[in-house]
Amino acid sequence: MGYRLLKGGHIDRTQQVHIRWNGRKLPAFPGDTVASTLLANDVAIAGRGMKLHRPRGVFTIGPEEPNALVTLGRGSELEPSARATMIPVRDGLEVRAQNAWPSVRFDLARGLDRTAGLWHAAFYHKTFKWPSWDFWERWIRRTAGIAQPPRERDPARYDAVNAHCDLLVVGGGPAGLLAAQMASRAGLTVVLAEQDSECGGRLLATNTLINDAPVTVWFASLLGELAASRNVTLLTATTCFGLYDHGTAGLVQRLDLRSPPATVRQRYWRVHAKQTLLATGAIEQPLVFEQNDLPGILLAGAVRQYANRYGVAAGRRIVLATNNDSAYLAALDLVAADAPVKLVLDSRTEGPADLAKWLRAQGVEVRTGVRVAKAIGGRRLERVLLDTQEEIACDALGVSGGWQPAVHLWSHARAPIAYDEASRSFQPRASRPPLQAIGSLAGRTTLDASFDDAMSAVRQALAHAGKTEEALLARPAVQEAPISAETGVLPPANGNTARQWLDFLHDVTVADAEIALSEGYEHVELLKRYTTCGMAADQGKTSNLNALHILAEKNAKSPGEVGTTTFRPPYTPVTLGAIAGRQVGERYAPKRLLPAHAEHESLGAHWWEAGGWMRPACYPRKGETPAQAVQREASAVRAGVGLFDASPLGKIEVTGPDAAKFLDRFYVNNVGRLEDGRVRYGLMLNENGIIIDDGTVGRLGRQHFVVTTTSGGAGRIAAWLEEWRQCEWPDLEVFVSPVTTQWATYAIAGPRARQLLARFRTDIAFDWRSMPHMSLREGRFAGVTARLYRVSFSGELGYEINVPARYGATLWQELLKAGADFGVTPYGVETVLLLRLEKGYLHVGVDTDGTTTPSDVGWGELAARRKGEFIGKRSLARPDNQRTDRLQLVGLTDADAGVLVPGAHLRLPGTIEGSDGWVTSAAHSPALGKTIALALLRRGRKLHGERLMVHDLDRKCEATVVSPTFLDADGKRLNA
Amino acid sequence: MVTEPVKPLIDSVLVSAAIHVYVSQTGRGEVVIGGGADVFSSYAQRGGLPVFEANAQAAVELFPCLSRLRVMRQWAGTVDISPDTSPIMGPTPIAGLYVSAGWGTGGYKAIPAGGETMAYTLARDEPHPLIRSFGLDRFASGALVDEGAASGVAH
Repeated sequence: MGYRLLKGGHIDRTQQVHIRWNGRKLPAFPGDTVASTLLANDVAIAGRGMKLHRPRGVFTIGPEEPNALVTLGRGSELEPSARATMIPVRDGLEVRAQNAWPSVRFDLARGLDRTAGLWHAAFYHKTFKWPSWDFWERWIRRTAGIAQPPRERDPARYDAVNAHCDLLVVGGGPAGLLAAQMASRAGLTVVLAEQDSECGGRLLATNTLINDAPVTVWFASLLGELAASRNVTLLTATTCFGLYDHGTAGLVQRLDLRSPPATVRQRYWRVHAKQTLLATGAIEQPLVFEQNDLPGILLAGAVRQYANRYGVAAGRRIVLATNNDSAYLAALDLVAADAPVKLVLDSRTEGPADLAKWLRAQGVEVRTGVRVAKAIGGRRLERVLLDTQEEIACDALGVSGGWQPAVHLWSHARAPIAYDEASRSFQPRASRPPLQAIGSLAGRTTLDASFDDAMSAVRQALAHAGKTEEALLARPAVQEAPISAETGVLPPANGNTARQWLDFLHDVTVADAEIALSEGYEHVELLKRYTTCGMAADQGKTSNLNALHILAEKNAKSPGEVGTTTFRPPYTPVTLGAIAGRQVGERYAPKRLLPAHAEHESLGAHWWEAGGWMRPACYPRKGETPAQAVQREASAVRAGVGLFDASPLGKIEVTGPDAAKFLDRFYVNNVGRLEDGRVRYGLMLNENGIIIDDGTVGRLGRQHFVVTTTSGGAGRIAAWLEEWRQCEWPDLEVFVSPVTTQWATYAIAGPRARQLLARFRTDIAFDWRSMPHMSLREGRFAGVTARLYRVSFSGELGYEINVPARYGATLWQELLKAGADFGVTPYGVETVLLLRLEKGYLHVGVDTDGTTTPSDVGWGELAARRKGEFIGKRSLARPDNQRTDRLQLVGLTDADAGVLVPGAHLRLPGTIEGSDGWVTSAAHSPALGKTIALALLRRGRKLHGERLMVHDLDRKCEATVVSPTFLDADGKRLNA
Repeated sequence: MVTEPVKPLIDSVLVSAAIHVYVSQTGRGEVVIGGGADVFSSYAQRGGLPVFEANAQAAVELFPCLSRLRVMRQWAGTVDISPDTSPIMGPTPIAGLYVSAGWGTGGYKAIPAGGETMAYTLARDEPHPLIRSFGLDRFASGALVDEGAASGVAH
């Protein structure tokens, strides 16, 4: 019978609020959690077990809670499986029990408990075999899953923040707080994360004195100082869920628990810390006995905290059962809080004599060498049966099976842990900067020891950071009862092990572990998977250690030899939406718009999405199909001048003393010897010698290059350069800066290109002599900074003008206006692809695939002649790349337009089966007045002039093999 | 990664090549989400935040109602990807030693055929005709089998 004590607790008793529990109004005070409210209102059953639907009550006071998982809100605001222990109340909060129908008190499925024999470990391999598993699976699946899922789009907003600090402190208990205070005074920037909505940790629930005053006084002054420190970021209701490489930590902060809730529901923090201090505390472990899951049984530390922190007594007759000293302190505090604690049962033959004496003086009976054999009760605890066969009436039982340090984050960082025989728990080993463990996590049981730990850890952190430690303050003086971490040995599991629960949430019993062991699943990882112990939403925080002890005992090994399963992030479950942040919906893969998007739109652009960009494919006029527009635009470029928006073209600046040396290693041809102001076209290979991208390298100065890539390769190639720079050649002094979107790029192509440029004011001499084909100049153009290339992807005289992206739209308008009198024609991507096909220019990824080498596209001699190393060079020497019957790039023509399409297969005379190659690009050429194609053809370069067969599905025709350059082979137009 | 268990919501295994994620729900009710590899070689078997974020974004993009579910475990393994992303199968220069590796991006889909052809190879001590070009020697000869476009996503 839980009830509210007359005094005590960090709650505001002057205001009453109400929550709705399954529709029923329950009174609470600000400062309460849902769990403390349930206890205070004597709600014994907070949830139902997953498989057997046994009644379960609040069991813990932290995120490790296995029982009181509740659903908050409704509809799109529905949150399943919230931990009642972690949710502060606010007026009108709607809370519902899960996995029960029609109600959690009278759950119809409770009868399942009588069929427990059908549902043991790996039941799906053994029971429900008749008529077949498939028959039963439909029904069983419906019973699985403990909560109703949300079925609507989540309207909430989630934010993400990056933070950098000298020291990340995880855990706002006494050790973490003191360490943060000292580190901040010594001038380190500190981020402190506490999962609870209030700092203080377990100390919040004690009557300890610090500097002769209650702990709350010390907390208030310390938190005040931290809040006022500009170098401290204090985050409450914030879980550090994982530690990753290079001091990166992932944190999730809940903002929706505030009253009133913030507009952002949760905030995801990526903290990049030079050093990390873990003060994550320890988690109390339950005792194993028959019916140890009855409502009314809580962890002893939780019984203590509910009294101290919320002024709630867990029952009218409280009994504590323990194998260690900590429950004595719980009893002391319960006495002080006027909670009706009657009896302490210690399974050890000897307990702490001073504490026992004091307790007895307060009327609390203390018995040693005795333990609970069975809990008795229907829907809640009524009495306990001791191993002496004596029965004791009680309605609340606090159990303590020792404390397991929360080594989860420590283990994420792959730091070592070791089993400690005295405390029967796993503890961190080899704590040293940049990652240290302090306080209860390090196995300390007293505040004194935790403070010592914090002091020495901060000293080490300061030394590691190269700072002096003179600013450290004096250590706070502590008055508390001394306790030891020594725990008694757990009683051997006997009696009915099928009623002794290990994992409450997954309904795993000691008998399940025995089944697994008897079938040979002796390894801890196998035991876990076979029984699913520790795989539920509470992640085994109150079940794994007991399971492991049982495993060790049955295998006659030490728990240290048995070891733990791998700790994986997140430490406690984190909301998917918080990690996704705002990169969903329209922001998932944002459409990229060109600076002159509106101008293209008003010209009637026919849009293509390419590489995430919305690009004009062509600009059909009234009554024109896109295909007709492409033909018209191509002809206009060859006859006059065209204007093309090439802004998505990848642009990467490569600068530094070693820039030339660096780039030389990427290209088949030498680019490091370029003169200033010159541009070279190059092929880039991977380690296998395969062509992965092409583009130009332009030199602006001795230490300044601009690399262009294919539009689709802009991001990939920048990452490729970075990877080699950072991982393989860190000795080179070079910077790689992707600048693609900083510039708007317009290609001006056609015989009258120069005439169009001449209409603008510029200090760049772009005439034939000053600026030959493949050159680059910087200067002013139309009043703004510009880079002017003379390059061509159409085969015509061509320039590419680059201006800062913000001037792009205006320049586009001006270029069209300036050339209006001689018919400047805007042309799109599809037209570009036609123009380059006529010229035989490569489209990497279309005319090449994952096996195409430079020699396959006619660059063999150049690659062979190249001196010095470049990526892929060694691979080009492999025998297969020397074969003469490789697929080689050729042109095809004189064929039926309907059959000569990309993907069509080629057969040489004499080939009856299989394929000798295929068409990679094809189009009708307005310049040549016929259909032309590029193809990869076996031995192709030797076959110019030959006829072959083209097969497209069931149609075929003949075609002639020609050089891939269909137009202007001598480059007259290009060099005009 | 898997979420906390919920009542049946998704009754198929869904793979999206466009947003690089797969989603399914286990018999216990957990939603399993995965896909993507670190962009660099690593043996940490841990996974980093960038891939975690990418998977979360993709899952919420595919199923907006998953947003409020919580992830309770996240893990990663080593994906063995060969230089041409195709498996390596067949005899080796050492008598009696055979190799079947590099299934990193296509194991689930192709291993039935892989098993059968390897059995043939072991029984006859010569590669099955179907896997002749998948031998280890292709990295010496350079005769690569490019499957980058066929798989390479969502493993």
